[in-house]
Amino acid sequence: MSPTKLNLKDKYKLLTRDLDWEFSYEDRQEAFPYEEFEGIKITDWDKWEDPFRLTMDAYWKYQAEKEKKLYAIYDAFSQNNGHTNVTDARYVNAIKLFLTGVSPGEHAAHLGFAFTGRQMGGIGARVAAQMQSIDELRHIQTQIHAMSHYNKFFDGFDEFNHMHDRVWYLSVPKSFFEDARTAGPFEFMVAIGFSFEYVLTNLLFVPFMSGAAYNGDMATVTFGFSAQSDEARHMTLGLEIIKFLLEQHEDNVPIVQKWLDKWLWRGYRLLTLVAMMMDYMLPQKFMSWQEAWELYFEDAGGALFKDLERYGIKMPDYTETIKQEKEHLSHQAWWTFYQYTHAAAFHTWTPSSDEMDWLSEKYPNTFDKYYRPRWELAAEMEAKGERFYTTGLPQLCQTCQIPMMFTEVDDPSQVAYRESVYNDERFHFCSDPCKSIFDNEPEKYVHAWLPVHQILQGNCGGGGLDKVIEYYHLDNGAANLEFEGSPDAERWKQWKGVA
Amino acid sequence: MSRVQIAFQDNDESRYIVAAIEQDNPTAVVHYEPAMIRVENEGSLTINRESVCEQIGMDWNVQSLHLNLITLTGHIDEEDDYFKIMWNN
Ligand SMILES: [Fe+2]
Ligand SMILES: [Fe+2]
Ligand SMILES: [Zn+2]
Repeated sequence: MSPTKLNLKDKYKLLTRDLDWEFSYEDRQEAFPYEEFEGIKITDWDKWEDPFRLTMDAYWKYQAEKEKKLYAIYDAFSQNNGHTNVTDARYVNAIKLFLTGVSPGEHAAHLGFAFTGRQMGGIGARVAAQMQSIDELRHIQTQIHAMSHYNKFFDGFDEFNHMHDRVWYLSVPKSFFEDARTAGPFEFMVAIGFSFEYVLTNLLFVPFMSGAAYNGDMATVTFGFSAQSDEARHMTLGLEIIKFLLEQHEDNVPIVQKWLDKWLWRGYRLLTLVAMMMDYMLPQKFMSWQEAWELYFEDAGGALFKDLERYGIKMPDYTETIKQEKEHLSHQAWWTFYQYTHAAAFHTWTPSSDEMDWLSEKYPNTFDKYYRPRWELAAEMEAKGERFYTTGLPQLCQTCQIPMMFTEVDDPSQVAYRESVYNDERFHFCSDPCKSIFDNEPEKYVHAWLPVHQILQGNCGGGGLDKVIEYYHLDNGAANLEFEGSPDAERWKQWKGVA
Repeated sequence: MSRVQIAFQDNDESRYIVAAIEQDNPTAVVHYEPAMIRVENEGSLTINRESVCEQIGMDWNVQSLHLNLITLTGHIDEEDDYFKIMWNN
């Protein structure tokens, strides 16, 4: 290294901290109008510690390098008809779910971090949030580019943006991010920066991407890991903000604890989609949802909470519920989508007998007892030409917006229902934590745009299910319904030369 | 003490970073998973610039870690000469 070069610390100081200025003639409070209304007390922004000393010049340099690598692979992928090299056409449904359900969340995160990157009073935190905002924009762009190749050959991709604001199960991720974005800057940071990015994002990206690699999907694994290389930075920003808030003032502790309790649960409920993807949607499976949960949440999250104990922060009370649910989650979710796949932008199927054996092995306490009989019956009906669909509409949880499908912790044969009355109106929930989130901020959640209510009120195309499907821009008979016999499946057979 | 972990894309640069980690953190456990390499260690884990330079056979900047990083846990200590992750418990 040449001796004239600044060291990392000095360079960081000059190119980040020194970008700030004193407010000599403007009121600082007016410049940062959102900094106090959440009740958070900041005494000294100078105490902010930056984990990665990344300056803007280095940021552009490394990001440009990542993009170059990424797009070279995209080119190779499409030039070599990479879509024909995936393990099976069923696999593609996992990335349809990703594009419709996850990618718009990247865009929401982009907007959210642009907001906090403007509103936090400390320059270090602001610069880090601005970088993250740009990263998240890069994520949705690279994801759309990667999927645009699949879009030429498979159904269900093209209307992802239109669908995101309308389709029943997509209201789950949409409302999650909208809930965070309509909070103040610090709650947003605890919600997305910490709870989602630090604690849960590994469970979203790492299994999705390892799964993609395992199933021959080079484009997805590449954008996934390229995005994930930004994620390590996002995670440390999340951890830093938590430590900073807790160290700044003891009055911040109960506020942060309440946000953690809320957002870890909201995020966990959102990951139901990942559980189902891992256990049911990957033709070549590599790790069960339960195993991923144990590795990335119980193990890594456990170490984290042990570290936060000294501030008076504790693991949320419901972690026992989650522990029990981990053996049921994916089965209940796939069963729900299996029944309602006529109104979904991806296909579903019954697991093959090999896949069921894998599930029995991974879930020895629950699969054979509760779920195998259901799938065997579904397969039997299908063989007789009576593929099972539910025509009624499910009841949704007012908080997480997921259909009521989760069972009682002590009785897996009983679906859990909770309710609260607010202003003489009755509201329904899937679980105790979803109920208490509502009870803490009822005035926020009474406004929830619940897809089933909207359908029943005639706001989704009016009329029957056909009208709803039209309103969703769902290509009926192509993008929805059972995988077997779908145009996707037929094209795949042709490419592979199977009669 | 809690375990820290760090994961890299499985590629030609990470291979040498992992070799340097193994050399400098003898208790580290390396897992090869689809398309990625995950390394765990009790308490803390350090990547020394000099060790990576030696392994890779050319100059290597600690910040270029960003290119191949997938995820990590623990608190970070980053200097010109090393990159360290650790828990305080
Ligand atoms: Fe992202
Ligand atoms: Fe992120
Ligand atoms: Zn709920």
